[in-house]
Amino acid sequence: MVRLTINNQEVEVEEGTTILQAAKKINIDIPTLCFLKDINEVGDCRMCVVEVEGKRGFATACIQKVEEGMVIKTNTPAVIEARKVVLDLILSNHDRECLTCTRNGTCELQKLAQEFYVDEIKYQGDRHKHELDDMSPSIVRDFNKCILCRRCVATCKNVQHIGAIDCTERGFSSTVSTYGDKSLNDVNCTFCGQCIQSCPTGALKEKDGTAAVWKALRDEEKYVIVQTAPAVRAALGEEFGMPIGTNVTGKMVTALKTMGFDKVFDTNTGADFTIMEEANELIERMNNNGTFPMITSCSPGWVRYMEMNYPELIPHLSTCKSPHEMFGALLKSYYAEKEGIDPKKMYVVSVMPCIAKKFESQREEMENSEMRNVDSVITTRELSRMIKQAHIEFTNLQDTNFDSPMGEATGAAAIFGTTGGVMEAALRTAQDTLTGQDLDKIDFEAVRGGEGIKKATVNIAGKEIKVVAASGLANAQKIMEEIKSGKADYQFVEIMACPGGCVMGGGQPIRTSKERSSIDIRKLRADCLYSIDEKSTVRKSHENPVVKKIYKDYLEKPGSHKAHELLHTEYQAREKYRD
Amino acid sequence: MKTLEEIKEIRENKIKELDLRVNTASDTREKHILVCHGTGCTSSKSPKIIENFRKIIEEKNIENVRVIQTGCFGLCAKGPIVIIRPEDTFYAMVKPEDCEEIIEKHIQKGEIVERLLCKDIDNTVVKKLDELNFYKKQKRIALKNCGVIDPENIDEYIAFDGYKALEKVLFSMSPDDVIETISNSGLRGRGGAGFPTGKKWSFTKMAQGDQKYVVCNADEGDPGAFMDRSILEGDPHCVVEAMMIAGFAIGANKGYIYVRAEYPIAVERFQKAIDQAREYGILGENIWNSGFSFDLEIRLGAGAFVCGEETALLESIEGKRGQPRLKPPFPANEGLYGKPTLINNVETYANITKIILNGADWYSSIGTEKSKGTKVFALGGNVNNTGLVEVPMGVTLREIVYDIGGGIPNGRKFKAAQTGGPSGGCITEENLDTPIDYESLQAIGSMMGSGGLIVMDDSKCMVNLAKFYLGFTVDESCGKCTPCRIGTKRLLELLTKITEGKGEEGDIEKLETLCRNIQKASICGLGQTAPNPVLSTLKYFREEYEEHIKEKKCRAGECKALMQLHIDPELCKGCGLCKRNCPVDAINGEIKQPHVIDTEKCIKCGTCINKCPFHAIKS
Amino acid sequence: MENTKCSGCTGKDPKMEEILNQYKQTKDNLIQILNEVQEYYGYISEKSMAAISEYLSIPRAEIYGVVTFYSRFTLKPKGKYHIAICLGTACFVKGSEQILDRAKERLKIDVGETTKDGMFSLEATRCIGACGLAPVFTVNGEVYGKATVKMMDEIIDKIMENPE
Repeated sequence: MVRLTINNQEVEVEEGTTILQAAKKINIDIPTLCFLKDINEVGDCRMCVVEVEGKRGFATACIQKVEEGMVIKTNTPAVIEARKVVLDLILSNHDRECLTCTRNGTCELQKLAQEFYVDEIKYQGDRHKHELDDMSPSIVRDFNKCILCRRCVATCKNVQHIGAIDCTERGFSSTVSTYGDKSLNDVNCTFCGQCIQSCPTGALKEKDGTAAVWKALRDEEKYVIVQTAPAVRAALGEEFGMPIGTNVTGKMVTALKTMGFDKVFDTNTGADFTIMEEANELIERMNNNGTFPMITSCSPGWVRYMEMNYPELIPHLSTCKSPHEMFGALLKSYYAEKEGIDPKKMYVVSVMPCIAKKFESQREEMENSEMRNVDSVITTRELSRMIKQAHIEFTNLQDTNFDSPMGEATGAAAIFGTTGGVMEAALRTAQDTLTGQDLDKIDFEAVRGGEGIKKATVNIAGKEIKVVAASGLANAQKIMEEIKSGKADYQFVEIMACPGGCVMGGGQPIRTSKERSSIDIRKLRADCLYSIDEKSTVRKSHENPVVKKIYKDYLEKPGSHKAHELLHTEYQAREKYRD
Repeated sequence: MKTLEEIKEIRENKIKELDLRVNTASDTREKHILVCHGTGCTSSKSPKIIENFRKIIEEKNIENVRVIQTGCFGLCAKGPIVIIRPEDTFYAMVKPEDCEEIIEKHIQKGEIVERLLCKDIDNTVVKKLDELNFYKKQKRIALKNCGVIDPENIDEYIAFDGYKALEKVLFSMSPDDVIETISNSGLRGRGGAGFPTGKKWSFTKMAQGDQKYVVCNADEGDPGAFMDRSILEGDPHCVVEAMMIAGFAIGANKGYIYVRAEYPIAVERFQKAIDQAREYGILGENIWNSGFSFDLEIRLGAGAFVCGEETALLESIEGKRGQPRLKPPFPANEGLYGKPTLINNVETYANITKIILNGADWYSSIGTEKSKGTKVFALGGNVNNTGLVEVPMGVTLREIVYDIGGGIPNGRKFKAAQTGGPSGGCITEENLDTPIDYESLQAIGSMMGSGGLIVMDDSKCMVNLAKFYLGFTVDESCGKCTPCRIGTKRLLELLTKITEGKGEEGDIEKLETLCRNIQKASICGLGQTAPNPVLSTLKYFREEYEEHIKEKKCRAGECKALMQLHIDPELCKGCGLCKRNCPVDAINGEIKQPHVIDTEKCIKCGTCINKCPFHAIKS
Repeated sequence: MENTKCSGCTGKDPKMEEILNQYKQTKDNLIQILNEVQEYYGYISEKSMAAISEYLSIPRAEIYGVVTFYSRFTLKPKGKYHIAICLGTACFVKGSEQILDRAKERLKIDVGETTKDGMFSLEATRCIGACGLAPVFTVNGEVYGKATVKMMDEIIDKIMENPE
């Protein structure tokens, strides 16, 4: 243990603790900006400078380790002036169009400007003038709002092992850019959107989909159906100040109905279909000596990564479309037929925790009978904006249920939103199918939890099946290298592009660096989903009555010709870089 | 491979042969023609001179004459320099076509070629190198072999006690003895900051690590400084040997030297030195059966001043952008590839072998109380004798500028001298008698720096000078931390505004606030020292800033925007050249009558000044 | 590393392969390799960066970040005659800025640019260590000391008259 004094208060902390952590322990706040715990600990922005007695210059609180007997002052006039100058300098080279910024109100820079009572732009001078990159279907980069904290770079490079963006040029000309300053659309970006989650300002944001959705809602000709992914309900409430992990399913459905959607359905129903098809595919591969391990395909960032980096291993990917695409295909075929709606007039909106889903919905493969399976994808954040635009008092809403019949789903589908969830849901169905029984064992604890890679051996119908669930693309890379080198002996692999799975998706509410340092956001959101599962009356996909009925009436059986046509897809090798 | 005995044999034989290089009374029939082959003289055709000498000697079949290409003699302003030994005749500004005459007269007939002798500032003709005032106050330790030996010949290095210090260290000293000697010598880092070298070595020795590294910082980038390059070009082996001694002392078996790619001659010579040392078995495994192994590699810089900062340099060796790391941890504990690493600069290493051979007491007897030994300065700017000088610590700036440098040319007045380059500050007339050492320079708002010493006469505007240095810093800032990345840019913009006559009340205070905080909040030395040129010019020449801002006046006449051009009617002959060349038709006048400038129209481009054959246009 | 791929089939540049194969496939060789590529080709092309990225397993964006950090590396070919004017302190104090201005005026290009015919490119360098001869500039590495505006004119004229 190390004893030190901060602002005349004594504190004892473990060796290796940073000044920032030690101060937090005694409720002394030190401002930070470039700091992102475990991801970007570089001390570049200089907001967190503090004075250490006897030391020349300032210490960098976010990374400097405490030493025995240190005497630290975190708020001397000199420190405050230095931080203010740093802030003034950042603001002098920042596009200060706060009123029209996506991050107005959630911007970490804006918050500091408030805290420091910035009442003028002290230093005028050259500013960055970069073109907006909005070429990709998923991410918009506005470098003029970038403050060079490099949180995105560290996330892309170190957390995801992609390295699509990096710091380029030097000095005042430094930028965060791509190889050859190309659009994100033309480089090895997977559109996972984790960079957006890291960005303290509005320099990185999702491509807006709300305008298209409003337009469809205004169009009286259109029959607008909305579906919401499992992870959305565990996070949407945060945008309205509710505690992290609050289940807001009922309020969300009420809000969507209020906004004028013709039907509000649950992507979880689609997820149940995914399980049916995926479990069937797994069993078929087992029976027919197919390619193993089989790898899940519901995370579009992951699929894009695979297509770019391991095209030779594409046969390992399950051919299943992701749940919302399956669901879209069913809505425009089975449901349209059944309800007598012209599918051409149907407009399907998916509310997703995901940025890459925007790209996915535009893939040429996601189409049946010359109709897009899904017409528009908006994220959790965008939905919250629409609700705010509609002036709906979200927190005071009454709960309502999803519309029938496409709104009924199982607990298995709910946990799709967290890492290991797809695996667990598939195992529940696979074991019943293989044994022909309704087994009571439905919790597969080994694939739960926040670890990046979770390996397990499960016994199903007397067979040992080796499975692994990985989340985050750096972890995916490890598994893929094992498979590539022939060292992998798994049968079934679940991969999610975002660390922690969809609950931590690129389209989810953005939490500040400080919150990410002190709260296990992933766990709170995932617990919400596990609790939905636990409370569900039906917890196995194959027992979903809607699923059973549609197979009986329309699709025949999992893996049928019709099922393949609507619910399965194919992949393509992709160049990482385009001119 | 050579055994230690064989090396000793080379030394004994070779020194007899080379006695004439250092002994004017040498009893020999041989003559050595030494031609400077440093970057300065090379650019004024010294390779051609060498070639011509060799051709003529061969054609004329002259015996007992050798042409040697050496490192820098220091007096670059008089280059290319040729010296004939043993008599030590000093020929300056030699042209390739002069070779024939030197051979015929001097070598064959023993007559001195008077017209090629160098004139000192006082117009006295100088025959020998050490008769020059330029050399009188110098003391050469780091530069001892520069201009004496052929840097591409390891035998010549060995002859002048080369690798003798290594032998002493390996066979009669412990690592602790070595560190103690270096500590007691009082040697401090010559790269700029002046950290005690012995302490640095001792920290690195004490650091825990299975692998340690020795690094030589040869990313000399201080504009106006070129001592490191000259040492590498003139005496590369002394750095190889010193790095090995450092390796032995701290327990490292691997060294890297990081050299600017812009120094091709230095790189080539150093590589040759490494190759020769390997060939002789001096670098490699189990050197001379001592149990000590060491090898060296060159890493090239690629044009980034910030890589002279030690942690940025390490990043660059690792193949990354040269962005400094935060300290602590210091390189001594976590350096190259995260291992304990000793980094010293070239000039620091160049002192090591001499300290080992002559002892700590000898070294510490030179210099001042806290700054021991000598310092090499690159003297440049508005001074007569530009070049490289090595002086004992404690000499005054006045001695360097006037006695060694020969004063200010063109009859102008001394205004200030800048030491420490863009990290340093200016020294004014009133401080000319300050003894040069780390503490004194700091006390007057400058710093030792790596040794650039730029003299400025009264035609220099100090606001413009500060702007120049900030322009440099802005270009070279790595962009990692906010104060340096944006702050220096804002400083430059403010200074530009002031020099353009757009300065406002409050700008000086803004400069001061920025300076104070950039100094304190920047991550590395580059940012922390970037405001120094502004602060020191503000300290000594505040009235010039105020004049620029309030009176829109630049007393030195350097700031174009503040310049008011007029034609001196006394000098104007009415030739009309200025009128014809003025791009905005701002000059009026009849032929053969004095012309006049319409200051409203004038854009101060300066074309007329350059065109006027009578120097009649004044600002 | 043994390379079994036929360089012709993969569209690889044999010289590039030769440069790469001298180095171990470790990240710390990046700058060494870039220096060699710059030296040989006169610039660092996208093709070169792609090949290096694959060889050293470094993302291309990171290589691009390194290339744009160091001023010695250029993304575009330099002119046949590359004129570099030193703006180091000693040269600056002795008026190298006027020489640079003159070159800009004569060649009608700015610093960092190449003339349309590919003959000239212009660079303002930091100190090249020839301060004793200030002001200096270099043409294709050859140093011209104690330079004047007139000298710059003469050299440009000479090249223009006789481009070889």
